[in-house]
Amino acid sequence: MTTETLLTVRDLSLEVARTGHAVVSNVNFDIAAGEIFGIVGESGSGKTLATRALISLLPQAIAVTGGSVAYKGRDVMGMKSRELRRLRGAEIGVVFQEPMTSLNPSMTIGRQLEEGLALHTKLSAEERRERILDMLKRVGIGDPEGALTAYPHEFSGGMRQRIMLASVMLLKPALLIADEPTTALDAVIQRDVMELMVELTRAEGTAVLLISHDLPMVARYTSRIVVMEKGVIVEQGRTADLLEAPKHPYTKKLLSSLPFRGELRVIDTSKAPMVSARNIVVDYAGRKSLLRKAGSKRALHGVSIDIHEGEVVALVGGSGSGKTTLGRTIAGLVKESEGQIRFQGRSRDEDWIDYRLNCQMVFQDPYSSLDPRMTIEALVEEALRLVPGLDAEAKRKRAHETLEEVGLGVDYADRYPHELSGGQRQRVAIARAIARRPRFLIADEPVSALDVTVRAQVLDLFSDLQKRYGFSCLFISHDLGVVEQVADRVVVMQDGRIIEQGDRDTIFDSPKEAYTRRLLSAIPALDQNAQGGVSLKWRLEA
Amino acid sequence: MKKFTFNGLIGGILIAILLATAAIGLFWTPFDPMKLSFTARLAAPSAEHLLGTDEFGRDVLSRLMIGARASVWIGALTVGFATVCGTLIGLVSGYARGWTDGLIMAVNNALLAFPGILLALGLLAVFGANQYGIIFALGIAYTPSMARVVRGAVLSLREREFIEASRVMGNDELYTMFRHILPNCLAPITVLATSMFGWAILSESALSFLGLGVPPPAPTWGNMLAAGRPFIQQAVWLGLFPGLCIALTLLGINLLGDALRDRLDPRMRGLK
Amino acid sequence: MLRFILNRLLMALPTIAFVSVTVFALIRFIPGDPAALMLGDGAEPHQIAAMRTELGLDQSMPQQFLIWAGNVLQGDFGRSIVNDEAVLPLVVSRFMVSAEIVVVAVLLASLIAVPAGVIAAWRQNSLMDLALVGTATVLLSIPTFWLGLLLLLLFGLKLGWLPVLGYVSLADNVIGGMLYLVLPIMTLVIHEAGVLIRMARASTLEVLRLDYITHARAKGLSEGAVLWRHAFKNAFGPTWTMIGLILGNLLGGIAVIETVFTIPGLGRLMVDSIFARDYPVIQGCLLLVSLSYVLVNLVVDLLYPLFDPRVVAE
Repeated sequence: MTTETLLTVRDLSLEVARTGHAVVSNVNFDIAAGEIFGIVGESGSGKTLATRALISLLPQAIAVTGGSVAYKGRDVMGMKSRELRRLRGAEIGVVFQEPMTSLNPSMTIGRQLEEGLALHTKLSAEERRERILDMLKRVGIGDPEGALTAYPHEFSGGMRQRIMLASVMLLKPALLIADEPTTALDAVIQRDVMELMVELTRAEGTAVLLISHDLPMVARYTSRIVVMEKGVIVEQGRTADLLEAPKHPYTKKLLSSLPFRGELRVIDTSKAPMVSARNIVVDYAGRKSLLRKAGSKRALHGVSIDIHEGEVVALVGGSGSGKTTLGRTIAGLVKESEGQIRFQGRSRDEDWIDYRLNCQMVFQDPYSSLDPRMTIEALVEEALRLVPGLDAEAKRKRAHETLEEVGLGVDYADRYPHELSGGQRQRVAIARAIARRPRFLIADEPVSALDVTVRAQVLDLFSDLQKRYGFSCLFISHDLGVVEQVADRVVVMQDGRIIEQGDRDTIFDSPKEAYTRRLLSAIPALDQNAQGGVSLKWRLEA
Repeated sequence: MKKFTFNGLIGGILIAILLATAAIGLFWTPFDPMKLSFTARLAAPSAEHLLGTDEFGRDVLSRLMIGARASVWIGALTVGFATVCGTLIGLVSGYARGWTDGLIMAVNNALLAFPGILLALGLLAVFGANQYGIIFALGIAYTPSMARVVRGAVLSLREREFIEASRVMGNDELYTMFRHILPNCLAPITVLATSMFGWAILSESALSFLGLGVPPPAPTWGNMLAAGRPFIQQAVWLGLFPGLCIALTLLGINLLGDALRDRLDPRMRGLK
Repeated sequence: MLRFILNRLLMALPTIAFVSVTVFALIRFIPGDPAALMLGDGAEPHQIAAMRTELGLDQSMPQQFLIWAGNVLQGDFGRSIVNDEAVLPLVVSRFMVSAEIVVVAVLLASLIAVPAGVIAAWRQNSLMDLALVGTATVLLSIPTFWLGLLLLLLFGLKLGWLPVLGYVSLADNVIGGMLYLVLPIMTLVIHEAGVLIRMARASTLEVLRLDYITHARAKGLSEGAVLWRHAFKNAFGPTWTMIGLILGNLLGGIAVIETVFTIPGLGRLMVDSIFARDYPVIQGCLLLVSLSYVLVNLVVDLLYPLFDPRVVAE
């Protein structure tokens, strides 16, 4: 490692200007030239604001209350705006999380890339063009010439993030700040973009400040790590040491919240399956317009799946694989064009009420799955509305019991969803789903919107309830780590077809399909050690 | 955030004054608003006639109070008409989708292709220029906007997971519509209805000003302004006060509407 | 791109058809027999019957509509009941008067209000922002007919700088004509500027908090470049649509301004015709204004991709 220090942060403190609420307190770290440095923290840890302060790009509402930032020995906070602008882009580049909104939608890619070059270099128009084309080629854009005159909306999320990288790396900055650069992307694409970022920055000798909630991902690429909680750095050190022997309780908690493989259960598959879907085909009608015939798009190409009594089947795949569509079709939210679904031996549509009483669903987004105008109690009670043989008093009692069961307690009964945190809302959603004691639960990405530690708690709750009530479950997730923890069996989907399935350990330890291996290469195999630390092993793709 | 509540407060006070004046005007006015007095023609504001008298010697303040009542009444009925019709059409359209939706929206969008006041003028030619003609004409002219907003809200709500959750629970569409969708549409409906109240009062004054509204001698702010226009040089107050009443009312509604929007608009709520 | 243009043009067709049907139907809904209304009191039954035949009222509704639409397409909007003038030339000449006021007013208002709104958003919650938004809210709350009266009182009667009543065509006397137009245009500009400042500010605020603005700043661009190249171009779309709507709405609602300043425009013509129950003229006015409203919005739509290329891809 080089010894030249690039960036020094000393006692950085920030607060919300209006309320005086501290959001970052006394943060210290150094970044050396050429190194990859990580900041890990959950939402509310202040990691993003702390890094925005490095180039004086804080939102208006946030004020710096103390500390200093020095870049190559120059005080950044005291810089005049002209000096600061020469630093931004040219010396320190930034890549943001959301590829969908970080490119200007009304400007061609070519002009957006050229903007920085024209500003910070003295290259001629011809030279600029050469450089841009070269860089677009390096980040893997198929048709660089065409990309110059294209607009951002013509590219996918992964491609846009590559273009963002290109735009920043064109200027060969000494430091790249990457704020959750791949969080919005699919697991496989995530890894490709990260590899590309590392390759480019290595080649240019650019240091990277990588900010993420995803500890294994940060650990994979960085040499040193800082862990932040509620605006404070709780621990920092060499990545390997920190993982191996964490000292601070919060770091230990973060590490133990990572999904670990549980014991493989034996499921009785000799009896007829609880839920059986046969040759399901789903077509989505295309967009109609006056000049265009409605072209329909096939989302599922004849998919069959069985779920046995008490079994948790995980459905995995990238976006567009059809996993969500399959779940929603089985739930009856999407009408299948062909195929049939049987529940407990009978056609689902034959006894619709019985199916409705016995099949429930937990949705992904706890901010959108609860009616904002209903109290928690009313939300859970509503699930019991159509259950026969329960009077109002019994329903209320059951609702309260169920709230207790998901760890919320009766105190929450009169609150509204917006008064609850994301994790608490997801508990309400689970309470609503299990209130009528269903035999079958469909969980569509139930924990992917949650923070790491909350995710672990909700997953534990889910497993406890599953063991207690023994319901079957179709668990849809893009996150194979989570799947490894909860699933008995894994079904892998790609492009609307099932490409591989088997019990969890077989799929995770000896996958057959190349696509499954690619999915698995994006997540580490974790082993817990005695000191509360973990060791990460990355599976190789081929 | 503080700024908004302050503005909202001012708006609320202005509207409260308007409503109070209209209410008091039901029972009491300083003078009989219709009583002619040839001795007190075009009298300037004084201790006796606080806001002066008009060309027939009628007390301006009393007439403004009765005018407030007319404005509130016409505004409320127009908004009520447009809100009820628009909400029903929007709900049905967003709920039915497909063919019905296409047809309703085609008619709706075509009605929106008329400038509001022009459509009202055209309808007034049919209904005749009087109080109820105005209410129908404006009500019909505003209904398409309400229908479009409600339909938009219904369509976006239908995509929300809590609506799907309701379907998964086995609830039928009608229950879901009234238990989950309608209550969540109330915010945009309230915001739009508030603005509409302002549009209605403004349009009513404009139509009365043109002589197409409530016919004299019944006073409205609009026809008082029109009647005072020829005398504006000798009697400024005849042109000043009715206009001021309209402007302050509209200001109150605009401030209140902004405050409501900041409060109720979910996009704004996430920002705090 | 071509598909986008064609699509928009095709989408305007049903609207135009519906507008014509509505205008036609509206007049037919008027209680009473149009033929009797046209001839006035004291008309003999045989005169009315002859009039009915002449107007085609003895045919079925769809047939009547086709006849009417056919005439309209050939430029025959009928004749005024009051003075037997041909409707089309009458309506068009009045329309030109209204249009020149409205177009100039909207143009000026946009030039003032859009930059003001962008600056207010850029310095959100500053004193300047508060002042601009406050002023805008007050301005848009003032009814134009009252504002017109006040301006008339101030500049015309008290100061005597500008002519009070009347109108001289620009074609006859450019300078003199312009003097008559100053007050009506000023009135409209003041009011519409209030609307547009708030609109431009709101849509700029929406854009300013997006990631690409922060990214543009992180590239080292100056505030001017950030505002102009990245914020303004993306924020202008909604304001642009609004300008179209205002233009159309003013054409429909200009009657009050024309009344205040006694300008012989289309709005005044329509109101007078409503008083006189001159149905062919009312029909002509309605049709012309609503068609130009559709047309203005079509042009606005067609130019929209300049500010947001995404709409073409839809």
